[in-house]
Amino acid sequence: MPPEPATTAPSKSATGIAGFDEILLGGLPTARPTLICGAAGCGKTLFAITFLVNGATRFGESGVFMSFEERAEDLAANVASLGYDLDGLVEAGKLALDHVRVERSEIEETGQYDLEGLFVRLGYAVDSVGAKRVVLDTIESLFSGFSDTAVLRAELRRLFTWIKERGLTAIITGERGEGLLTRHGLEEYISDCVVLLDNRVIDQIMTRRLRVVKYRGSAHGTNEYPFLIDAAGISVLPVTSSGIDRPVSNEIVSTGIAGLDAMLRNGGLYRGSSILLSGVAGTGKTTIGSHFIDAACRRGERCMFFVFEEGAEEICRNVLSVGIDLRRWADAGLLRFEAARPSLYGLEMHLARMQRDVAEFQPSVVVVDPISAFRGPIAEVHATLLRMVDLLKSVGITGLFTSLRTTGSLHDGTDQALSSLMDSWIKLMDIEANGERNRVLYVIKSRGSSHSNQVREYRMTDSGIELIEPYIGPEGVLTGTARITQEAREQAAAERRQRDIEQRRRASERRQDALERQIAELSAALEAEHDEARALQLADAAHDAGLSRDRSAIAARRGGAE
Amino acid sequence: MTQGQSPFDESAPDADGDNGYYYLRLYVAGHTARSMAAMTNLRHVCETHLAGRYEIEVIDLVQNPRLAAGDQILAIPTLVRRLPTPLKRIIGDLSDTERVLVGLDIRRKADVP
Repeated sequence: MPPEPATTAPSKSATGIAGFDEILLGGLPTARPTLICGAAGCGKTLFAITFLVNGATRFGESGVFMSFEERAEDLAANVASLGYDLDGLVEAGKLALDHVRVERSEIEETGQYDLEGLFVRLGYAVDSVGAKRVVLDTIESLFSGFSDTAVLRAELRRLFTWIKERGLTAIITGERGEGLLTRHGLEEYISDCVVLLDNRVIDQIMTRRLRVVKYRGSAHGTNEYPFLIDAAGISVLPVTSSGIDRPVSNEIVSTGIAGLDAMLRNGGLYRGSSILLSGVAGTGKTTIGSHFIDAACRRGERCMFFVFEEGAEEICRNVLSVGIDLRRWADAGLLRFEAARPSLYGLEMHLARMQRDVAEFQPSVVVVDPISAFRGPIAEVHATLLRMVDLLKSVGITGLFTSLRTTGSLHDGTDQALSSLMDSWIKLMDIEANGERNRVLYVIKSRGSSHSNQVREYRMTDSGIELIEPYIGPEGVLTGTARITQEAREQAAAERRQRDIEQRRRASERRQDALERQIAELSAALEAEHDEARALQLADAAHDAGLSRDRSAIAARRGGAE
Repeated sequence: MTQGQSPFDESAPDADGDNGYYYLRLYVAGHTARSMAAMTNLRHVCETHLAGRYEIEVIDLVQNPRLAAGDQILAIPTLVRRLPTPLKRIIGDLSDTERVLVGLDIRRKADVP
């Protein structure tokens, strides 16, 4: 027998049902009967069978299935679709099936009796395979076979005591009754653990839910949890069980679009963060999502693409037109598409399926396209998405969620409600002006990183999405043709200005030259004047000297002669 | 306690066919007062109404638990009328003789006014 997990109070037996053991904090109480109740068709028998099959195949505990409704061969056929080979287990001596047929019309009561026969049969079956696990499905059928309910109740009480004494971990199933958990009040006898299954149809979509009503001596998850029954068996989704505290990564991952990375200070988004990409129809949400996946696959990471509006082939073909080849990643096993119509399941079923697929494929990037496909009451959609985000974050998966906005307004109710869950929010818009439509995007928020405040235009080219250098001028941000014409206009104006300046510069130079020439001429004239002045001065001096010499010569002559 | 007067061979009694012969099996579990009472009551009814054309096989499930599933035994004691067909089950200590006779089809319901 396998070692029981060394827990405190009651020891537990794992059911092996994904998520269910988490809610039960380990499993069902060992050596105690557990009541699983619910309306017809909500999966009681399947839960019970899974408990036994997992016990036999995974936990080394044989089991006994005592059916009060289905015949053993019907049962085996019914669960064969889930891959359970009951006949094989019976042959291997790991499982004993006993069909108890109760037919009131064949039975005549002629005095006092008890149900020792049931004990004998159960005891024999248990001994024959050395069972540790027992299922009684649905023991309340006995009430239709025997008229003496007082005896029946006494015997049931004795049976449950007997189960405890024998150390058997048992599941007793019961149909939901009016105002009671079970028709005949079995919950009165089984008080150790009671699990209620439910299946509700809202808006024509059925959702299975489960709740642990009580679990004596143990804590347990108390919410209603959705669960899923499909080809892979039962999965229960304790999505809200995880807290907010979780390891965070400082690693940055690229969005796959260089321009967008550049708008984020860190050059990308934090690994394990959640990104909301919202935009109206035709703004390229899927394309940006595909870029993100392409980038991750290039890094050799596994990606999962949940698509709700297109098929995998359609997406591959469509994004190939912008130069993104997703097909090769899918072929290489790095990318897995999961396509489903939103109306196929209820919200929680989708969540359940996603959780299971994610756990199975272990991707590092998940893209959900689009979350707006989920219809329902806003609070419920919100809760579901919260759990979806939570689910991805708890295991460090980077999640990109696209959301279709029906209006072009900047702030839409749905996005607003979701935004608080998201670490980054990139908004895509289209601007209609001058007879054309242009796409722009901006980063509304990016937790833990500064980011550009700019509205940037982007184009879908043959090689993917390209952000265009923004035009920001006196007339505001322009896009598309308006941007191009404005740029042309500006260029012309600049050229004109350039020519004008050149002209004026040349005119000024000419004027300078003229002035300089004038200066040179004047300097020459000045020099000539100086020369003239000097010549005159010399002439004057010579004249003076001549005069005085003449005068003295005259004087000498006069004085000598007289 | 009497038990297993014939081996547990299902086909043997069927060979007799339906000629008013009663082949009965009484399932008990151990030597309880209720088992003893059932056996006593059964013998009394048979001797009174079926003298010479009945056979009783008593099976103690404590010793042969394997046999409980075959005849769909839950209640103890259970009397199974293997013959004549159809198969009938009568549970309890057989103290209510009237109902035993009805159950064994020895006394038709028409006999009761």
